[in-house]
Amino acid sequence: MAHSLSPADASNATGPARYTLSAHGSARNPGMPLNLDRIESARVNLSAVERRAATLVTRRSVKKQWQAAWLIKAITCIDLTTLAGDDTPHRVARLCAKARAPLRSDLVSALKLDAAPTVGAVCVYPTMVRAAVRALGDSGIPVASVATGFPTGLVPLKLRLAEIRYAVDEGAREIDIVINRALVFAGEWQALHDEIAAMREACGDAHLKAILATGDLRNLRSVYRASWVAMMAGADFIKTSTGKEDVNATLPVGLTMVRALRDYGEETGYAIGFKPAGGLKSAKDAMAWLMLMKEEVGNRWLEPDLFRFGASSMLGDLERQIEHYVTGRYSAANRHPLA
Amino acid sequence: MTTVNDALKTMDYGPSPEANDHVLTWLAHGKRQFGHFIGGRFVPPSSGEHFTVTAPANGVRLAAVAQGNSKDVATAVAAARRAGKRWAALSGNARARYLYALARLLQKRERFFAVLESMDNGKPIRESRDIDIPLAARHFYHHAGWAELLSTEYADYGPVGVCGQIIPWNFPLLMLAWKVAPALAAGNTVVLKPAEFTPLTALAFAELCAEAGLPPGVVNIVTGDGRTGELLVTHAEVDKIAFTGSTEVGRAIRVATAGSGKKLSLELGGKSPFVVFDDADLDSAVEGVVDAIWFNQGQVCCAGSRLLVQESVAERFHRKLKARAAKLRVGDPLDKSTDIGAIVADVQLRRISALVEQGRREGNDCWQPDVALPNTGCFFPPTLFTGVAPASALAQEEIFGPVLVSTTFRTLDEAVALANNTRYGLAASIWSENLNVALDVAARVKAGVVWINSTNLFDAAAGFGGYRESGFGREGGREGLFEYLKLRQGTAVRAPRSAGAKRTLTTSPIATTAVAGEPALDRTAKLYIGGKQVRPDSGYSYSVLSAAGKPLGQAGLGNRKDIRNAVEAANAASGWSAYTAHNRAQVLYFLAENLEQRGDEFATRLRTLTGSTPRAAREEVARSIERIMFYAAMADKFDGAVHPTRSRNVTLAMPEPWGVLGIVCPDSAPLLSFVSLTLPAIAMGNRVVVVPSTSHALIATDFYQVLETSDVPGGVINLVTGDSQTLATTLAEHDDVAALWYCGTRDGLAMVERAAAGNLKATWRPPVENGDWSGPVAQGNTFLRQATQIKNIWVPYGD
Repeated sequence: MAHSLSPADASNATGPARYTLSAHGSARNPGMPLNLDRIESARVNLSAVERRAATLVTRRSVKKQWQAAWLIKAITCIDLTTLAGDDTPHRVARLCAKARAPLRSDLVSALKLDAAPTVGAVCVYPTMVRAAVRALGDSGIPVASVATGFPTGLVPLKLRLAEIRYAVDEGAREIDIVINRALVFAGEWQALHDEIAAMREACGDAHLKAILATGDLRNLRSVYRASWVAMMAGADFIKTSTGKEDVNATLPVGLTMVRALRDYGEETGYAIGFKPAGGLKSAKDAMAWLMLMKEEVGNRWLEPDLFRFGASSMLGDLERQIEHYVTGRYSAANRHPLA
Repeated sequence: MTTVNDALKTMDYGPSPEANDHVLTWLAHGKRQFGHFIGGRFVPPSSGEHFTVTAPANGVRLAAVAQGNSKDVATAVAAARRAGKRWAALSGNARARYLYALARLLQKRERFFAVLESMDNGKPIRESRDIDIPLAARHFYHHAGWAELLSTEYADYGPVGVCGQIIPWNFPLLMLAWKVAPALAAGNTVVLKPAEFTPLTALAFAELCAEAGLPPGVVNIVTGDGRTGELLVTHAEVDKIAFTGSTEVGRAIRVATAGSGKKLSLELGGKSPFVVFDDADLDSAVEGVVDAIWFNQGQVCCAGSRLLVQESVAERFHRKLKARAAKLRVGDPLDKSTDIGAIVADVQLRRISALVEQGRREGNDCWQPDVALPNTGCFFPPTLFTGVAPASALAQEEIFGPVLVSTTFRTLDEAVALANNTRYGLAASIWSENLNVALDVAARVKAGVVWINSTNLFDAAAGFGGYRESGFGREGGREGLFEYLKLRQGTAVRAPRSAGAKRTLTTSPIATTAVAGEPALDRTAKLYIGGKQVRPDSGYSYSVLSAAGKPLGQAGLGNRKDIRNAVEAANAASGWSAYTAHNRAQVLYFLAENLEQRGDEFATRLRTLTGSTPRAAREEVARSIERIMFYAAMADKFDGAVHPTRSRNVTLAMPEPWGVLGIVCPDSAPLLSFVSLTLPAIAMGNRVVVVPSTSHALIATDFYQVLETSDVPGGVINLVTGDSQTLATTLAEHDDVAALWYCGTRDGLAMVERAAAGNLKATWRPPVENGDWSGPVAQGNTFLRQATQIKNIWVPYGD
């Protein structure tokens, strides 16, 4: 078979020896030349994926202190995001303050946490990066910037690359790029690969998170293929959505992407991060995604270097649920500081 | 005490127990002791004996349950009998209201039933909560609808009467629903015996019946062990037995009910193939395996327990499968994060362990993940054997536990051959993203249920049931309701008990008075096997006499070897089943044409054989020609259905021929009965071995000349003349005959049904009374339904 993936094939294609995901190092994915066979042999069955996605969350339940821990874990994985036309440096500064202290200090004390949680990153438009960097100061929280003509990507490549370089120069340590959907529809995998590889190069040391805009891609096979192209082009993370498509992060899409990165890890030895984004509103959503990661790729993907939520409103519900755990009473939004 | 900090480090799920206080209160309310539910109320067992029911997860005693004896069974059957008349006389709408109420009440008590089921059976609460109980309620809803529609959708049918129903321990309440809902919808009353390991949800259901105001006696529940079941099976006043359980017990029930006239449906064991092609979505197929064999601890009759995986992806697939299996959580059934709960009882656990040990000893490669098992209770880890050859016991025996055996294949043909290399034929799961591959295998696999890119999908609107030794009859859907109905007209079997004195066939020469003039040229009637006229193996012929007792000629005295040869010829003629229905119809029309051409000759033969009047003889020939044309017409019109089950899915209910069908003809109306039996069978694509009427064998031997001129391919119709009862026995015993139609005495039928237990072939006595083969019941869909079995193919779609 052309897509046979014996150990020998994998090491020929990529260099590193086979490995198991749990034993991976933290080396950055260097990418590889496009392997067209790997793309074309992709098989994803929608009904079966939906069935697994539906039962993933009914097979597991987390209660009490474990639930509290999971909710806190979710906070640490949030890319606290503002991507609105009315963003201003002040608004961004407020968001950053929340990013540094996402959970009320009395709750942190009541939970006797070893360390107060902070979010995974703050995600903004390129022109807001500087304000975010300033506001986050020495917190260690990275600033992520969308780039490449977000959210459509329909800007000349030269400008998209320039935008990446601008954001990096402003101090962004992560770049959330959008892929060119037209290339997916046309099956121009090489062109897609080359574009993303160029973006990766433009990122330099900043990590590249490739937004597939899965709501536009429509079918899961395309999602799986685009995931692989992005990873082969050197993406550090693959991300579902811009938040601007009609359909945002769904569990079947997430499952497909996670399976893709798992396959990529098994075949190359590189651990790729995953970021569902858009439409994530509730603590229940957070629990479902964490379960998906734990079940499909293990605890290593419950850490912010390999897993992020692209969300803004979800944090509020997490805070309320954590307060409920602490007090035993249902909480209200106005009891928690705004972002 | 785990702190939040600890939990943050481990990110474990932690315990998540489902509360069971409501169930404990219910158990305590009955002082943890239950009687039988008979005539609408709980009564103590007449013996005073109870047995203990325990929770397999921890060995805790749950309750003492009545041990039913013959008196209890008799009381229950009498209660059902008494209630039957009024229940059957209710309007469909009234019965629908009761069934609807049962569905509604079940839904309102869903968590109670789920918790009780998980405690009693050991299955994870996730499954009882999300699968068993919702499906049970769905079954009552669906059949509330059938009750409503019965008089219009099944106008010619009425209830069977009192149904004895025996259900297994793996899906206690769901199997109860599968049995009780259709029985009640069709106007029957019920005596149900739940499995002794798991009687509690049935007893709770009894209370639900009372809550729904169901008339007393319509549903009766008698608890007990296998002895109680046997008493129910053999009770003379029970009209139908429906059994789900092991093939071994099913076979015993077939023997025990032989000749009793009881209607019987059996849903038995399986060793169902799970076939993964190289172009499958492998990750999804892995999840399919989880749902196939690690569902309900693998204690599922239709479990995909034999993994067949294409060589080129086998290593990768096994690797993925092991990684997945390592994530399964084995433990407390009431924990909401448990994937695999407790094995139902210690005896089952020992059986599974013994089979796994045997597999290890045979040198098979055994893998089990490093998962924690509870220290007490009946638990077994998910287990995978790879490289298992079909010759291994692991590949043949139903293990009924979380044990998967894997074999590789090279080609599609080999996958089909391996899939069908089993005595069973319950289900199959096929994984390929190529519709051509998937549907080809679906068509060729011998299984009553086929899931494409899915597994263990169930719905009340689709039939469920097996081929081969997985039983016969269907449960659910339009096809399932027939198991609880009988034709209003013509179903009373009024056959004589026995043929009287044993018929002796004259095999020695008989002197006859010489007729003046030149003698007619002698004609030699032979057997007709594989499209050839052959001499009987025995070398004997017997004299066939006229109605007046004069010798008319000789017919071959067929024996068991002739039957063997005929069955082999029929098996070899499998091409007939692959003909298009149109082509079969053309052959049948040609047959009618050629029979008509020789109509006078057949009429004369009938007159001399049976002594009928010339007019009656001509009439019989005419009816026979019509009948052939009827089935020629039906060949491409008796079609299947698409059941409305899930969304974005087609569930194809396809009538498939049995394959090789045996037919034992009656003496009455020898041409018309022969045609009435043979034609529907071959119209549907079966190949038949026909034992013609012994006394009128020459009509059949004349007929093969018509076959020869009509392009009926060799082996499609095989005729073995001789002593029909002796030949029927050989046919009934033959393991390569899939079904048998028998027209004869009641004693003969008993013999046939007993012998048929060997390979659990379906037997049928056509509902033709008093030899009236010209009547309306001697032709039609009843025959076509009996000539086929329904295969349900589930095809989810979407991209």
